[in-house]
Amino acid sequence: MKKPDILDNHTPRLSRRRFIAGTGGFTFMISIGGLINGNWASANEDSEGSKNKGSNITVWVKIDSEGTITILNPSAEMGQGSMTALAVLIAEEMDADWSKVKVEHSPIDPKIYGRPGWGGRGYHMITVGSFTVSGYFKPLRQAGAQARYVLLKNVSMKWKIPLTELKTEPGMVIHSASNRKISYGEIASFAETIKEIPEIPEKSLKKPGEFRLIGKYVPRVDIPEKVDGSAIYSMDVNVPDMLYATILRTPVNGNQPESFNEKEIKSMQGIQKIVRLKHGVGILGKRYENLISAKRRLKVKWSKGSPAEMFDSEKILEGYKNIVGSGKKGGHVLNQQGDADAAIQNAHRIYSSDYFSDHVYHAQMEPLNAIVSVNPAGDGAEIWAGTQSPSGAIKAVAKLLGTNPRKIKLHPCFLGGGFGRRSMSDYIVEAAELSKTVRKPVKLIWSREDDFQYGAFRPMCLQRLVAGLDADGKLIAWKHSIVGDGRRLLSSGAKIPFYDIPNQHIEILGLSHGVRLKHWRAVGHGFTKFAIESFIDEIAEAEGVDSYQFHRQVMHNSPRALKVLETAADMAGWGRKPPDGHAFGISFAERSGSLAAGVVEVSLEKSSGKIKVHRIWSSLDAGIVVQPDNAVAQMESAIIYGLSSVLSERITFKDGKVQQSNFHDYHVMRISDAPEEIHVKIIDSNESPSGIGETGLPITGGAVANAVAALSGTRLRHLPFTPDQVKKVMKS
Amino acid sequence: MSIEFELNGSKTKLNPQPETALLWVLREHLNLTGTKFGCGSGLCGACTVHLDGQPIRACITPVSAVAGKSVTTIEGLSKNRSHPLQKAWVEAQVPQCGYCQSGQIMQAAALLESNKNPSRDEIVAYMNGNICRCGTYLRIIRAIKIASAKVNEG
Repeated sequence: MKKPDILDNHTPRLSRRRFIAGTGGFTFMISIGGLINGNWASANEDSEGSKNKGSNITVWVKIDSEGTITILNPSAEMGQGSMTALAVLIAEEMDADWSKVKVEHSPIDPKIYGRPGWGGRGYHMITVGSFTVSGYFKPLRQAGAQARYVLLKNVSMKWKIPLTELKTEPGMVIHSASNRKISYGEIASFAETIKEIPEIPEKSLKKPGEFRLIGKYVPRVDIPEKVDGSAIYSMDVNVPDMLYATILRTPVNGNQPESFNEKEIKSMQGIQKIVRLKHGVGILGKRYENLISAKRRLKVKWSKGSPAEMFDSEKILEGYKNIVGSGKKGGHVLNQQGDADAAIQNAHRIYSSDYFSDHVYHAQMEPLNAIVSVNPAGDGAEIWAGTQSPSGAIKAVAKLLGTNPRKIKLHPCFLGGGFGRRSMSDYIVEAAELSKTVRKPVKLIWSREDDFQYGAFRPMCLQRLVAGLDADGKLIAWKHSIVGDGRRLLSSGAKIPFYDIPNQHIEILGLSHGVRLKHWRAVGHGFTKFAIESFIDEIAEAEGVDSYQFHRQVMHNSPRALKVLETAADMAGWGRKPPDGHAFGISFAERSGSLAAGVVEVSLEKSSGKIKVHRIWSSLDAGIVVQPDNAVAQMESAIIYGLSSVLSERITFKDGKVQQSNFHDYHVMRISDAPEEIHVKIIDSNESPSGIGETGLPITGGAVANAVAALSGTRLRHLPFTPDQVKKVMKS
Repeated sequence: MSIEFELNGSKTKLNPQPETALLWVLREHLNLTGTKFGCGSGLCGACTVHLDGQPIRACITPVSAVAGKSVTTIEGLSKNRSHPLQKAWVEAQVPQCGYCQSGQIMQAAALLESNKNPSRDEIVAYMNGNICRCGTYLRIIRAIKIASAKVNEG
């Protein structure tokens, strides 16, 4: 069996050679801010740091004389489908024939391929927060429209007729007056570069009614290769002469290896090198299976004294009550309006509830891994990795090597799940450090156990909510205090922009425990919206008002949000009697600029405490939805990911050590626990697109808790609702 | 130690350490990377292949155990994605990140071999060892139903 040369055949790599050798054709170089022409090869050289210095230049589209249109994808494809969606944006405005479109990864150069950053600060190539389609929506439609302009201009010069007399149909430029038409492939064979291509005014872009691809069913381009095993993840990359590597990392974050049985390990079969790292010990060899055996035998004496050693998550979470009850001032205030304290003091009725949530783990199916080849001089490297943050990874490796980022080349691979974990570059830097030591390509593979033990988790927290109502039962005061570690990870979703409550105080009382934390799908929204939506439901219940009606009353000022809520309620037939032994729960949440609501139908097996979610009706307002079927798939995905975390996922620490190690003691949702039905309705909109990949997740916690309360009178206030936890609450 | 077995229809002879997991032999020795490493403990199903037609977890199967037998991986399931399940997987747009899907399809293929018209409950029971973190479960069920209908049409 021939071992393919990965450099040429497997990785979707943009080699300069390939484009120079390619068929004659034409390339449009279009920048986010302007447009400059040239050919593909020189542009690609520029991205490799050799020639044509200059910023704000890019290449998005190539057409060969056969009419094949290659569109570059600047985002990480981790299952969310943006590889297809972004290409659709360009293809739409250039009126491409979609059947002729191919999508390839773009080079990693944020100045060229980045999307505008937050607050106008530079350009980024980072795939997080469901911002990809919304961030690229304008620039890539512009890029597509400019590509179309170049085609039209060339035909107008060739035929010596005014450009305004030309129009396009997919893949064709048409001159009706003379009854002539010409395909994009034919144009590409004679097209010349055009010095100045104007910015196409927004009013000349297609109106939503004219879309042929946006909002229509377009199959995802990455799916065929994901059904026959040919899609390449970095785990699948092999490069000549590489060594495999594994690392035994400190079980307590912050401690370091002091000594280890180096001699013994070195003498084991197939072990070529042992490398001491700050946080662990790396073992390298020609065969991965030898490393597994060696790692089992490796005995490391770790240093002591890391603050994380004190971290016992269950006890500390319990202790958060003392912090939230201490009246401690000086928290980080997220929102302050009116005077919440005074309003609560004068309120007709006051409610208060505490909500807890444990750490959760990403559990992306592809364990972390990377291949890095540091050059013999030690001042440059090639990286093969699936990463949400290619520009961050390049910077980090450049820093490690003390070199210019332009000397680092990253070959993007498919991600076997990201969910926030692959926005960190730790696993890539590790591989780089090992490769730097041995000056050979290194393929570093994390075991699943490594992925747990050195995970970076969604933080645990306690949330206290206090509300005041006036004599008419109107919510007039809202206090929300969140206690925990990981400030920006806790604040996400804490604000309530669609709820009309005049007096608000929302704050974080921050702590630091020294353990590893990171963004996790929808970040803090998973637990903040759980608390907010549970609390709204609890108040409604205590006030004797239907939860849906109470929501509507609080949301009366937000028509767009109301419509989302009402749509989900209508879909579920809110108000009807649920099947025997079942109950409904409702919740609403916003995330990444999108709005979602959901109604869940649950049952509860009282003997075991096991909750079963049977059906979900959910609605989504995400502005213009580029790929409706994929949006539904993302809602299904985020709902299942959310339900999984709500029903069973839990990471605990003892003495700073993660207690879970694989899928036997950390339960992610399996097919038998998946809901029988998930219904998704996308609300028609002509607003700009907003994020979709996470929006289904924040509605899950509150909806399930509210349904269980409706069913059993048991109010679940601690995520996850494991059977043990449910039984404990039912007893008390 | 020399081990011979049939791999995707071809005779294969290797000299691995006999306790090496079939998974690493397939992926790293033979470069058949469609079979995925997910957990290393037989808990997630990403490494599912067929051994004499039965689905097994390659990550916990020592290569010595396949001597003289026949192994089929996702690469050997069909030519040109022509297996009814692969077509159904595309039709139902099942994969998201896609990493678990080789294992899902191999597990489902074994199901359809033994039960041409599985009920929803039978599908769920048979597929329960295969984790999909992207949560494509409802589309997996839909795709198996589509493929089963096609198979039964003949």
